[in-house]
Amino acid sequence: MLEVSDLHAYYGKSHILQGVSFNVQEGEIVSLLGRNGVGRSTTIKTIMGEVAPKGSVQFKGTQIAGKKSFEIAKLGLGYVPENRDIFPTLTVRQNLQLGMKSNKQSGRWNIEEVFSMFPNLAERAEVDGGVLSGGEQQMLCMCRTLMGDPDMIMIDEPTEGLAPRIVEQVARLLQKIADRGVAILLVEQKLNIALKISHRLYVMGHGQVVYEGTTDSLMQADDVRAEWLEV
Amino acid sequence: MLEVFIFATLNGLVTGLLLFMLASGLTLIFSMMGVLNFAHASFYMLGAYFAYSISTVLGFWPGLIFAPLIVGVLGAFVERYGLRRVHQSGHVAELVFTFGLAFLIEEAVQFFWGPDTKNYQSPEILDFPLFTLFGQEFPAYRGFMIGISVMIFIGLYTLLTRSRVGIIIQAAITHPNTVANLGHNVPFIFMGVFGVGTALAAIAGVIAGPVLTTFPGMALVLGSIVFVIVVIGGLGSLAGAFIASLLIGLLQSYAIASDVGMPDLLNLLGLEFDRSHPLTDLWTLTLPQIAPILPFLLLVLVLIFRPTGLLGKREQ
Repeated sequence: MLEVSDLHAYYGKSHILQGVSFNVQEGEIVSLLGRNGVGRSTTIKTIMGEVAPKGSVQFKGTQIAGKKSFEIAKLGLGYVPENRDIFPTLTVRQNLQLGMKSNKQSGRWNIEEVFSMFPNLAERAEVDGGVLSGGEQQMLCMCRTLMGDPDMIMIDEPTEGLAPRIVEQVARLLQKIADRGVAILLVEQKLNIALKISHRLYVMGHGQVVYEGTTDSLMQADDVRAEWLEV
Repeated sequence: MLEVFIFATLNGLVTGLLLFMLASGLTLIFSMMGVLNFAHASFYMLGAYFAYSISTVLGFWPGLIFAPLIVGVLGAFVERYGLRRVHQSGHVAELVFTFGLAFLIEEAVQFFWGPDTKNYQSPEILDFPLFTLFGQEFPAYRGFMIGISVMIFIGLYTLLTRSRVGIIIQAAITHPNTVANLGHNVPFIFMGVFGVGTALAAIAGVIAGPVLTTFPGMALVLGSIVFVIVVIGGLGSLAGAFIASLLIGLLQSYAIASDVGMPDLLNLLGLEFDRSHPLTDLWTLTLPQIAPILPFLLLVLVLIFRPTGLLGKREQ
């Protein structure tokens, strides 16, 4: 589905990504872990075309490195940014409509379904997005991306700042998304949700992938966790 | 007294709505680009001239339809091949670009149409009094101007707040990256908004041309007032632009229709003044005389007491 090889990116003169390589297969949940500042967010921003890429990014067999963000999104790659970016003056329903790529409802998801999955959002359909709680905004942001019917979504720290109960909800939603055949690249700093739902994990350090494995193998690799993950 | 008030209100409404047709496009474009488009009123002038030329061959109505279309396409073209490139060099370059464009359009208009005033007429079918009140006639064409402005604003408002395209535009103005990540072509949307904004200005030109006269200075006359409106209303605020447009339109209209001046004020205060005094011009000033500078006076007051404008949120 997604094949990233030897990806480099720069912010001005600083060399942020120094040859990142990893892949996500169809229907897989893959986590990209690492401490703050190792380049996890930059990796997905670069894949999405927000940061200029050097290297190869293949999505569904198409080279997307160098394409514009909207073109990449149209190919079926969804991105849920860390800052959530819910439009505060648009209603919940309008925020969802914004995610649709055309006026016709087609594909795996539609607004009614999202509302049935999240009664909270349904109740507040006509309320401005700005008044939602952090957890509700996260759900809305994920659902908004789903409205565009992506084949894969990349999610940047969905559980940041959320209560444990809400984190559970996010995990359940991610699993539901994967059950429908949507591949997920989860970028996280914390291990809990990643260990619970991932099929495979990558650990990043200093702008590169330093470890690849399964949840079981990472649980056993105490040295990797100590060196690259634990604070 | 009442008749003066009613007619001044109606005329103020005509001017105010006309001003808003320009201000709405200008403020939308400002929200997108982050700079004022100094050439905006030039597109208004182009609308009037194109409509005039079309009207000499096909009559007024085809001009009302085709002139805005031509100007809209021209505007989109200017955004795509001019502003978008200049944008990379920063706001100052953009500002200078629109400034230069305004001069260019004015020169082009003089070159193709000449420096004289054009005999652009309102359609004959609207050449009758809409109603007569206190023995004074209100021309049907002015009623038509109010009608068409109101129709356009209802359409624009509905489009912006109810349709999916409107939602995308609203979101793209504040969060272009997020909207692009959802699969929307933001540069194309901006080009479209620019095109529609200039087309709106052109419609204003088409309907104002016969009333406010079609001449090469018409962009300058209205342009400066439109900037005042956008600043008073609050940069980037459509509702603010609407309020400010009507405010300025009515203010000017009331000032012109009023029959008071400094002598009345001085009498009220019980002061006498000498006719031969060197400042006698100041003591005899009347409100209709200062009507043209009232918008600018209001601008200065707003900038002093409420620098963000009436409904502006931006801290610039």
